[in-house]
Amino acid sequence: MASEFAIEMQDVLKQFITPEGGILSAVNHVTMQIKDGEFFSLLGPSGCGKTTSLRMIAGFELPTAGKIFIHGKEMSQVPAFQRPVNTVFQQYALFPHMTVEQNIGFGLEMKGVAREERSQRVSEALEMVRLPGMEMRRPKQLSGGQQQRIALARALVNKPEVLLLDEPLGALDLKLRKEMQLELKTLQREVGITFIYVTHDQEEALTMSDRIAVMSKGVALQIGKPEEIYERPASKFVADFIGETNFIDGVVKAQNGSTVEVELDGTGVVCVESSRTFTNGQQVSVAARPEKLRLNSEIKDGNNISGRVEDVIYIGTDTHYGVRFAGGQKVRVREQNVNQEYHQLFSPGQEVTVSFTRTSPRILTE
Amino acid sequence: MLKLFRRNKSAQLFGLISPGALWILLFFNLPLLIVLFISFVERGRAGGIKLPPVYTLENYSQLFNACSSQFAGPECDPFLYIGIFGHSVRIALVVTFWCILLGYPLSYFISRQRPVWRDALMILVIIPFWTNFLVRTYALKQVLATEGLLNSLFMGLHLVNQPLNLLFNEFAVNVGLLYGYLPFAVLPMYASIEKFDHSLMEAAADLGAPPWRAFLRVMLPMTLPGVIAALVLVFVPVVGAFITPDIMGGGKIEMIGTLINRQFGVSRNWPFGSAMSFILMLMVLIGVIAYFRSSSEETRRTM
Repeated sequence: MASEFAIEMQDVLKQFITPEGGILSAVNHVTMQIKDGEFFSLLGPSGCGKTTSLRMIAGFELPTAGKIFIHGKEMSQVPAFQRPVNTVFQQYALFPHMTVEQNIGFGLEMKGVAREERSQRVSEALEMVRLPGMEMRRPKQLSGGQQQRIALARALVNKPEVLLLDEPLGALDLKLRKEMQLELKTLQREVGITFIYVTHDQEEALTMSDRIAVMSKGVALQIGKPEEIYERPASKFVADFIGETNFIDGVVKAQNGSTVEVELDGTGVVCVESSRTFTNGQQVSVAARPEKLRLNSEIKDGNNISGRVEDVIYIGTDTHYGVRFAGGQKVRVREQNVNQEYHQLFSPGQEVTVSFTRTSPRILTE
Repeated sequence: MLKLFRRNKSAQLFGLISPGALWILLFFNLPLLIVLFISFVERGRAGGIKLPPVYTLENYSQLFNACSSQFAGPECDPFLYIGIFGHSVRIALVVTFWCILLGYPLSYFISRQRPVWRDALMILVIIPFWTNFLVRTYALKQVLATEGLLNSLFMGLHLVNQPLNLLFNEFAVNVGLLYGYLPFAVLPMYASIEKFDHSLMEAAADLGAPPWRAFLRVMLPMTLPGVIAALVLVFVPVVGAFITPDIMGGGKIEMIGTLINRQFGVSRNWPFGSAMSFILMLMVLIGVIAYFRSSSEETRRTM
């Protein structure tokens, strides 16, 4: 291979003319490198540019500016049918007038693969997605989950250099979706093909991906491994979009090396470790995950803040407590229900201490 | 009586259906039987039929051998009528071909517009229907006439030195029929293409199909019911057309329609006209049956 990257996007811009006549930058100067053999997710809310990015890699849209490389070869302006990638569409886009065999064999037929080899490879592909013997069915005779697998087989049978998946599990019910997530991940390891996966479901992205690009308003905000994105979000948007986060607003009071003192108005001072440098008086948010906070179990050298329980929500595996500090800031604390018999540990109105270490929260400015 | 109506479902059904059924029976089926009857009897001297009726197959045999008639002159051409039938079918095929060839891209184009534009453009296709057919045909005649719009334009631009003969020939008849029946082709094809899911074309491209192969393997087969409907809706009326060939052909272009029309007019040969009507009907019937068989097969395959 000419490059270690399966896909490289260099400063890619895609602009659309809106019906009102304005210009919309669906993808706004995005640069990213996707390694060969990687399970890479594009994650973000609808309209963030993830699908447009995928469509530009597939060749359905051409970039307004910037370059796209597939294994080192520039493909920015190459039409879709000449690109070595295949797509699994959100609504599957199976050909309704063809049998399963004709659907899966379509790509091979276009390449001019002989009939016998074609049917051999089609049945292998059906084997791979665990639907053997379905050759003569019509797409309409299949369930949503089966259609999904056929769409997958139709793409993978061509042995693409990169497989593009556009929210392929979006139409399935929750249980089937979880099942397919694991299956897709296993399949990806088996075939060793680069997968680029578009989703708005953060849990799905965290579960399946080697790396994730979090996108918003056409910009790739942060690219990293799932644990990096979750544990060390680079911005408030990422912290908020991936999982749940408490944002406690405050002002930087002092910084001694990596320890930053943040004054929470009316509540007191908290100390948080950060590699970044802040100026005194700067407005910041202390971003703390609800599961990193503890109630009534003081942490030595940590932050221990007293507050009052306002609400209690039981959600099965966990119980969520809403706690308000003296200065009016409110945080959500998640306690796992690990006791053999459930009993509510704290009740509304009770005075508690919220504790967290100096290293677990992040200080974010934007 | 009313009670019976309220209780009995089939009586209700009968009550609902009978007015329409009676209408069709009285004014379509019965006259058809009369035409069938006339086609098997000898003609009267001044139109109508000979009374009392004399049964004969001559009206049908005359179609295949124009010289079998007792009125045939010495220089008669035995294949005169077969020739006219063939000619009509040829004109109908050419017109249908062009209607589909021009109508398909037009339908595609309209279906790809934003909804507001789509409706506006479809209205533009349909509006000519609201003008009288004769008026439209005469208007087109003015366009093609020797001193007409097109010739004036060509002369004015010095593209030609003398006016072209655009009228009173087969070309004019074809243009007239194409003009008249293009909407009949656009409507069913638009209905088919509009329902077509264009992400399937992306899927085909994604799988390595160049645009023309994607069209032939995916879009055309899936919109074929619309194309076949267009084919039937254009071919059937065009093969039996008589106003357009009469006006645009200036009486020089004979089609089945003009021939039948003449049998009930100047030729005063009702039985022969009736026989030709029946042969024409048979041809159309075969075509329509073929259409329904292919379209039901199509639905069976895609369901």
